[in-house]
Amino acid sequence: MSEVKFSKQHEWIKLDGDIATIGITQHASEMLGDIVFVELPEKGSSVAKDGVAGVVESTKAASDVYTPVSGEVIENNQSIVDDPAKINSDPENQAWFFKLKIKDKNEIETLMNKEEYHKFAKESSN
Amino acid sequence: MENKKTALYSLHKKNGAKFVPFAGYEMPIQYTDGIISEHKFTREKAGIFDVSHMGQLFIKGTNKLEDDLEKIFPTDLKNILINQSKYSFLMNENGGIHDDLIITKLKNGFNIVLNAACKNTDFDLLKELLNNKYEMDLKDNFSLIAIQGPEAVKILEKITNGVSNLKFMSGNNFNYSGDNIYITRSGYTGEDGFEISIKNELAEEFVEKLIKQGGKLIGLGARDTLRLEAGLCLYGHDMDINKSPVEANLKWAISKNRINSGGFIGYEKIKLQIEKGVKKLRVGIQPEGKIIAREKTAIFSEDNKNIGEITSGTFGPSVKAPVAMGYIDNSFAKINTKIFLEVRGKKHPANITNLPFYKKNYVKGVNK
Repeated sequence: MSEVKFSKQHEWIKLDGDIATIGITQHASEMLGDIVFVELPEKGSSVAKDGVAGVVESTKAASDVYTPVSGEVIENNQSIVDDPAKINSDPENQAWFFKLKIKDKNEIETLMNKEEYHKFAKESSN
Repeated sequence: MENKKTALYSLHKKNGAKFVPFAGYEMPIQYTDGIISEHKFTREKAGIFDVSHMGQLFIKGTNKLEDDLEKIFPTDLKNILINQSKYSFLMNENGGIHDDLIITKLKNGFNIVLNAACKNTDFDLLKELLNNKYEMDLKDNFSLIAIQGPEAVKILEKITNGVSNLKFMSGNNFNYSGDNIYITRSGYTGEDGFEISIKNELAEEFVEKLIKQGGKLIGLGARDTLRLEAGLCLYGHDMDINKSPVEANLKWAISKNRINSGGFIGYEKIKLQIEKGVKKLRVGIQPEGKIIAREKTAIFSEDNKNIGEITSGTFGPSVKAPVAMGYIDNSFAKINTKIFLEVRGKKHPANITNLPFYKKNYVKGVNK
């Protein structure tokens, strides 16, 4: 299993063979505040790199969730639909959003590693 | 222009506030606990709100002032008692709402609590309407603190003895370490609670005492979810200059004898609307699923006609479901009418519902 990578839209992605698991980062969940609603891409649908693949809503506002890579949705996490608060309590593990069969592994290369992302997140919140 | 800070700014900071600019002020949107837990704490215990950004307008005068204010406001100010408060509106000739406000009658004048974003224009307008005849003071040297929730009375009573005797929508002067503070039993959360007007220099230590007695600072985020569950309007969203109190479903706030006697700004329009009805009406809206319909969401009828718009919508942490209100064509305003809300291109079923979404049988105070 490869290392976790991060996007500028504050998603994380973990690759296992050609299956990617995607969610939003701890930093994103903290910025959003209490999440009360989530919408996920449908199983079987195709998503394109940097395209909208879902929505998260706090009490204050709705925000789009993007996919950092292209692929076909093979699974979405119903447990966060039933209990969106999980996204605040465990965003980078249990509260993953969806799994993709990825199209092009090279797309992952452009993403940030953990260290780079933390630096990016810190700068972008200032 | 830099945003203003209230006298409690450093206390907010110390308590981990996340700030947002609001009506020219740096205000706490939430603290470390977050909006939902702050909301629930207010419903279960007692939340403390800094609402010092709101206007506290004092107008000095007696009988003549009463007459002049009745020429402006649709409220029976002559027959209310000293220290009694009334919800009212500053309207234009067309019944459009400049601001919604609370007027309290005092021995030597009236105190009017105004929305932060409207307070300066309200001040100028009222000054003009009153022909500059009265001493008017928008009391920037006073903070306004709300404490709301089932334990509010118990907590505040420990600091200012006697507040438990106040009746809902009435106030009085209280002694606090040799200084005078004015407290009303009122609020904006659907809970029992109080609003405390206190000198800026005393505000921080006063709030710290409330915290020590079991209160917790609550941000504007939870204030919004609390008021929406309680079915209360937010000016600039659920009401504005293009909507009248009748359209806002708030005609209860217009005194009956004033509808008969008239003589206030907007009277003709209001009377006409009360007699003939209105085209659009503010209603409560309960989405059937989990979809949150926010401000500006279009409302459709079952036969796909655009019949209105959401003006406030969020997730209600206490009702554990999405809640909304909006303006709708009057013929669809009946309770349980099925409607559809267009969110991200899809139409979702919802129903017209009674307000408030959240109702508590709180103590309305006692007569002693």
